[in-house]
Amino acid sequence: MKKEIIAAGFGGQGVLSMGKILAYAGLMDDLEVTWMPSYGPEQRGGTANVTVVLSDTPISSPVLDAFDTAVILNQQSLDKFESKVKPGGVLIYDPYGIHRKPTREDITIVPVEAMEAAIEMKNAKTYNMIILGALLKVNPVVDIESVMKGLKKALPERHHHLLPLNREAILRGMELVKTAPQV
Amino acid sequence: MKEEITLMKGNEAIAHAAVRYGVDGYFGYPITPQSEVLETLEALMPWETTGMTVLQAESEVASINMVYGGAATGKAVMTSSSSPGISLMQEGMSYIAASELPALVVNVMRGGPGLGTIHPSQSDYFQATKGGGHGDYHYIVLAPATVQEMADFVGLGFDLAFKYRTPALLLADGVVGQMMEKVVLPPQRPRRTEKEIRKQCPWAASGDSRGRKPNIITSLELDSAQMEKNNERFQQTYHLIEQNEVRYQEYYTDDCEYLFVAFGSIARICLKAIEDARAAGLKIGLLRPITLWPFPYGRISELAEKMKGILVVELNAGQMIEDVRLAVEGRVPVKHYGRMGGIVPNPGEILEAFNSYILKK
Repeated sequence: MKKEIIAAGFGGQGVLSMGKILAYAGLMDDLEVTWMPSYGPEQRGGTANVTVVLSDTPISSPVLDAFDTAVILNQQSLDKFESKVKPGGVLIYDPYGIHRKPTREDITIVPVEAMEAAIEMKNAKTYNMIILGALLKVNPVVDIESVMKGLKKALPERHHHLLPLNREAILRGMELVKTAPQV
Repeated sequence: MKEEITLMKGNEAIAHAAVRYGVDGYFGYPITPQSEVLETLEALMPWETTGMTVLQAESEVASINMVYGGAATGKAVMTSSSSPGISLMQEGMSYIAASELPALVVNVMRGGPGLGTIHPSQSDYFQATKGGGHGDYHYIVLAPATVQEMADFVGLGFDLAFKYRTPALLLADGVVGQMMEKVVLPPQRPRRTEKEIRKQCPWAASGDSRGRKPNIITSLELDSAQMEKNNERFQQTYHLIEQNEVRYQEYYTDDCEYLFVAFGSIARICLKAIEDARAAGLKIGLLRPITLWPFPYGRISELAEKMKGILVVELNAGQMIEDVRLAVEGRVPVKHYGRMGGIVPNPGEILEAFNSYILKK
């Protein structure tokens, strides 16, 4: 098993943290993992992306040109990464703020109304965990218990009271994906 | 006890490994993309556990001279920076080499020249391997490609530095500094006691010269005849290191017809390109130098015998390729593919370069 995943969006949406939690979950499942961020002066409002590879064999490159799964949270990232999804791969995106929708027909496209769900949950910070839930539903590379263990490891103890809220957000994200086939 | 496996950035791994090795002092000044080294050390607060000193100096020039001073007393001391900061340190680095002192310098390279970008680069290869400061000297240069090696090469660098009484340089890049992957940290060792240091480093200015002649640490020697003798001694050490400490790793070289030579994180991207090429029937192998100085001239020369072509892939305009060409001695075409200024090529771009430069397609 090897999954090459990219998550991309605005800085501040939590793509790097989401990738980190996915990587920690992989660690909990004894998988090999790499987490490679775009780093730079990008802060809130700029673009940010992270490449996460989860594999049961050693991982060569942390830098890739094609992905099994792309998680896309803004228009710029959609424009940049839609063509980088491998044929037969998955593109998960939040339609919020998207004016040009993905058009590929050789990949599975999964819209996830995560921004709306986060607003319903009255907590914008749950956004990336809703997205993560959707990703895990479509692409169950790690199970939710490993994610929770990973979260516990990734979060400083003073934030541990937020674990139940994060779990709720992940489950909400999973619910949002009803129609998409598992890949 | 089960091995402790954690997930961390390469820069963080350097900090953890330094504390666990029993390093006595770290002196540094923040610069992207390696600021996490200092940040992690500050968070670990090793002064409360091992007694290690962690100091944010007022500049890179101050940092390297603090390292010079600490190393002169036989302590295990280090600094880290990124390209422009390392340029500022060149004078001190030359003095440390000339004073025959063990120390560790970490350079997490970013795109230059000048202040450049903060993104990954390997354009300090010449500076690192040919002596960026003045005079005939070398640092032992280790090039990590994984977060595990970022941790392991801290210990290896210090071990080699103390073994040969010569400084070591860990030459990493922004990719391996910023990425996270699994790492097994070395066990915690205590720092050496003053008595142990005096025994291990009889040359050190330990602050207690009772019963012996005072040790004088200096790079200055106004008598040219003596300075030549000093240089001859340095060269003997370098020769010994060249004989004993060449390190490299090979992938798919048992049956390959073409060879990639690459170091650090870019070697891993080459490996992915090779995996893709092999799936299409192209037999490419990879040699990854781990020590950039001493350089694996001998092994590359041997491999060149059987190759149809060699591609050197670097994040620079063509630096290590000069050493590869010295090893190959014109027997096989050696081409270069490099990206500059902080751009990291992906596996597909490397294969395109292979197709056009080597296969001429």
